Amino acid sequence: MAEPVLSIKSLDIRFKTPDGEVHAVKHIDLDIAEGEVVGVVGESGSGKSQLFLGATGLLAGNGRATGQVFYRGRQILGASPKQLNDIRGSKITMIFQDPLTSLTPHMRIGDQIMEALRIHLKMSREAAFARAVETLELVRIPEAKRRMRQYPHELSGGMRQRVMIAMATACGPDLLIADEPTTALDVTVQAQILDIMRDLKTKLKTSIVLISHDMGVIAAMCDRVAVMRHGEFVEQGSAEDIFYRPQHPYSRMLLDAMPRLDRPERPGHAPLITVADREARPFLLQVEDVKVHFPIRVGGTLFPKYKPLRAVDGVSFELREGETLGVVGESGCGKSTLARAAIALLPKTAGRVVWCGRDMSETTKEELRLLRKDFQIVFQDPLASLNPRMTIGQSISEPLRTLEPDLSRVEVAERVRAMMEHVGLDPAWINRYPHEFSGGQNQRVGIARAMIVEPKLVICDEAVSALDVSIQAQIVDLILALQRKFGMSLIFISHDLSVVRQVSHRVMVLYLGRVVELANRNAIYTDPRHPYTRALISAVPIPDPKLERAKPRVPLPVDLPSPMDSRSALTFLKSKRIDDPDAVQYVPRLEEVVPGHFVAEHDPV
Amino acid sequence: MSPILPSERAELMQAARAVKGRSLWKDAQRRLFRNKAAVVSMAILAVLTVLAILAPLLSPYSYQVIDYALVSCAPPWWGGDPLCRATGAHWFGMDSVGRDLFIRTLYGARVSLAVGLVATTVSLLIGVLYGATAGFIGGRVDAAMMRFVDILYSLPFIFFVIILMVIFNRNFILMFVAIGAVEWLTMARIVRGQTLSIKQKEFIEAARAGGVGTFGIITCHVIPNVVGPVIVYVTLTIPAVILAESFLSFLGLGIQEPLTSWGVLISEGANTLETAPWMLLFPATFMAVTLFCFNFIGDGLRDALDPKER
Repeated sequence: MAEPVLSIKSLDIRFKTPDGEVHAVKHIDLDIAEGEVVGVVGESGSGKSQLFLGATGLLAGNGRATGQVFYRGRQILGASPKQLNDIRGSKITMIFQDPLTSLTPHMRIGDQIMEALRIHLKMSREAAFARAVETLELVRIPEAKRRMRQYPHELSGGMRQRVMIAMATACGPDLLIADEPTTALDVTVQAQILDIMRDLKTKLKTSIVLISHDMGVIAAMCDRVAVMRHGEFVEQGSAEDIFYRPQHPYSRMLLDAMPRLDRPERPGHAPLITVADREARPFLLQVEDVKVHFPIRVGGTLFPKYKPLRAVDGVSFELREGETLGVVGESGCGKSTLARAAIALLPKTAGRVVWCGRDMSETTKEELRLLRKDFQIVFQDPLASLNPRMTIGQSISEPLRTLEPDLSRVEVAERVRAMMEHVGLDPAWINRYPHEFSGGQNQRVGIARAMIVEPKLVICDEAVSALDVSIQAQIVDLILALQRKFGMSLIFISHDLSVVRQVSHRVMVLYLGRVVELANRNAIYTDPRHPYTRALISAVPIPDPKLERAKPRVPLPVDLPSPMDSRSALTFLKSKRIDDPDAVQYVPRLEEVVPGHFVAEHDPV
Repeated sequence: MSPILPSERAELMQAARAVKGRSLWKDAQRRLFRNKAAVVSMAILAVLTVLAILAPLLSPYSYQVIDYALVSCAPPWWGGDPLCRATGAHWFGMDSVGRDLFIRTLYGARVSLAVGLVATTVSLLIGVLYGATAGFIGGRVDAAMMRFVDILYSLPFIFFVIILMVIFNRNFILMFVAIGAVEWLTMARIVRGQTLSIKQKEFIEAARAGGVGTFGIITCHVIPNVVGPVIVYVTLTIPAVILAESFLSFLGLGIQEPLTSWGVLISEGANTLETAPWMLLFPATFMAVTLFCFNFIGDGLRDALDPKER
C-alpha cells in the first residue's frame, strides 16, 4: 500500500477541567489512504470530533494531545502554527456541522473562498475569482457568479453547506474532514450534499473522513468504518464487515438501534399495537381545513405592511382512538405549527378542530383549560422543555396540580411516583433538577409529565430527534410500551421517516403547509404516489451499504422554495400555476387513489 | 438506564416514600446557609439592626441634645493632638455642634436602612410584576406599558420629588414613595427583557399545555428564572437608594435636622475631614460595611436560587 495521506499513531487527548481531567481520546491509531473515505461513527461525547481537532492542532486551550500524527510522512502534531497553517486550509480542510457559524457573516462568500486561494496558492485576484466560480459550480451551486457576491445569510442551509464544501475543496486538498456535515440539514438536502461529496471523491481523488452518528450516512459513503466509544475504537474494518459482520457488541447495538426505512419493526423489540377495527373506532380528533397564517412584515417604515406566511394552509385529517398518526416533512413545512394549532396552543386563522365530537372553537377559555387534561405534548429539546428551577417532581406533577386540583398532596405524590416508574425513572429522584440528568432521562421526565393526567392524545413533536441513536431507540420503545398500557392516541411528528414508519399506523406527508399524501404506514413507503413523497423516501439513507448504493435516487425539482411566494405551493402542479407571486392560486385536491390512501393532485411524473 | 424490575419495585417505592418533595425555596435556603460570606453578612446586618433599634434607648446621650463644651471633640481614645477630647461614653466623638456621634450614627442607620430596604422592596415588587407582565403578555399591552415607563423616565427626578412635596407636603413616607417610584423603572426594563427571552422557552409552552394560567406561568415559571439578574440589580439598588436619600436630604427635601441619616452624616463629615476625620470615618465605615454585606447576601442569594450550583 502506498504511503497514507494521514497517519495517526497512538494519539491521546486529555482535557483539564475544574471537575478533573477528561480523557477524551485514548491511544487511537488510524491510517487514511489516498482517495479513501473513512467513516468514524459514535454517539455524542465519544470523542470523534476531538480526535481530528487534536490531530490538526485545533484543540481548545485546556486540551493536550500526545502521540504522533503524520501528514504524508511529516510529523504535524506539535508543529508550529505557521507550519500547520500551510497544511490546514489547503491540504487538510474541514467542514463542520453548522454552516452558518462557520462562515464569516460580514464577508461575501466569493471573498471568503478567494481568501483561501490567495493565501495558500498565491493566486492573482482574477485567477482566484475564476477558480472560485469553478468550485462553486463543482458543488452544483446554480448561478455561481451571482452567488459570489452574496452574503452567507442570503443562502439556505443546504446552499451554505455547499459553499463550505467549495471553500474546503478550492485549494485541491488531499484530505477533507467532514464533521457531521449533514446533521443540521433536511434529508433531501442531505442526499444532495452526500452526492456532491461522492462526486468530489471520484473527480478530485480527495480522501475524506466522515464523522457522523448516522449509520445510514456512513453506509452511503464510506469504504472503511471505525466505531468509536468512550474515546476508543471498539471496532475498525471495511464497511461490509462492520455492517454485515459486526463483531463488537456496541457496533451491533448501534446497528440494531438504528431505525430503518426498509424495516418497519425492529427485531427483538415489541411491535406497534395493531388497530384492527379502525373503522369502528370513534373519532378522537377531526381537523377540518385548518389554516395558520403568521403576518410577516414586508416593508413600510411608519405603517408596516404585512404579508401572510402560510405555515399551515388548509390541512384536514382525522385521528381515531388508539391509533398513531405520523406527520413527516422537511423543516418549515408546518408540522409543529399544525400540531400546536390542533390542540389550541396556537390560534388558528381558519378551519375547525373537533375533539370527541365537540367543536373546540366553541369552548370557553376555562373549558379549554380543563380539556387540556385530554391532550398533552412532548417536546423536542428535553432540557429546554423543563423549567431549570423546578425539581423534576414538581415538573411532572404540574399538570396534575392544575388540572385535577381536588387531589390531595399525598395522592399527587403517589401518582407522580407511579408514573416515574412507568417511564423508567427512579421515584427517589423527585428532588433532582433537570441539569443533573442526561438528555434521555430528561425526555423520560417530559413523557411522564405528558402522561401523568392520562390523556387520550399525546403529541410527540420531534420527541426523539435530539437524542443519540441508542437513547432514541429506548425512548421509542418506551412510547410504544406506554401506548400498549394506556391505549392513548399519538400524533408523532418527525423529520425522520424511519422512526415514523416504526411507530405510526398512518403517515401524513406535509409540503409547505399542505398535505401531499396520507396513507397507512406500509403503503406510503412501498407505494408512494406523490413525487415529493418519492423524493423524500429515496433520500433517506439506509444503514446497509449494498442496498444504499444500489438504490435509485429521485431528486427534487427544486430546493424548498419560499413559503411567502404563492407559486411555491404548486411546485408539483406547474400546469395550473399562475406566474405571479401574490396571485390566489389553485388549491390541489386530495384524491383517494386506493381506500385510505390520499394523494394531492400533481403533474404526471 | 434500564427500566425497573418488578422485584425491585416494592423496595424502590419504600425508599421513594421516604424522600420528601422539596421546593426551590427550601433548597435555596439550605444553599444560602452553606455560603459563609452570606451568613456572616446576615449576622452583621442583624447586629447592626438590633443596635440601631436598642442603643439609642439604652444610651445616656440623645441624638439631639447639644453639649456646647464638647463641640467637635475627638473620641476619648483618639491619638494625635486634637483641639479637644471628649470624655465618658462618647465613643465616636462629637459632631460639629456638640452632639454624640455614636448615637447619631445609629440613628442614621435607622433611616438609611429603612429607606434602603423599603424603597428597594417597593421598587422590586412593582418592577418585577410590571416588567414580567409586560414582557409576558407582549404585543400592544407591552408597547403601552413600556411607553409609560419611558415617560416616567423622562421626568427629571428632582422636579418629580419637588412636585410630590408641593402636593402632599413634606413628610418622611413621601421620600420612600419618591425614591421607589423612580427605582422600579430600571427594574421593570431588566425583568421585561429577561421575560421576553424566557417566554420563548419550551417549558413555558409545556406549562400552557399543562393547563397553567397566565398568572401561574408568570409567578411559577417566569419570575423564578429572572431572579439572577434581578438580585444583582437589587444589591446595586440599595446603595443607590441610600445615596439618593442623602442627596435629597442635602437639598433639604429629605430628612430634617435634628434627625439624620448616613448620607447626611457623611456629607457633613466630608466638610470637616481635615480637622475632625472621625466625623467622616464612623458613618462611612458603617455604610461601607452595610453595602458590602448586601452585596455578599445578593451574591449568595443568586447562587442559592440557581440549582445548577451544586
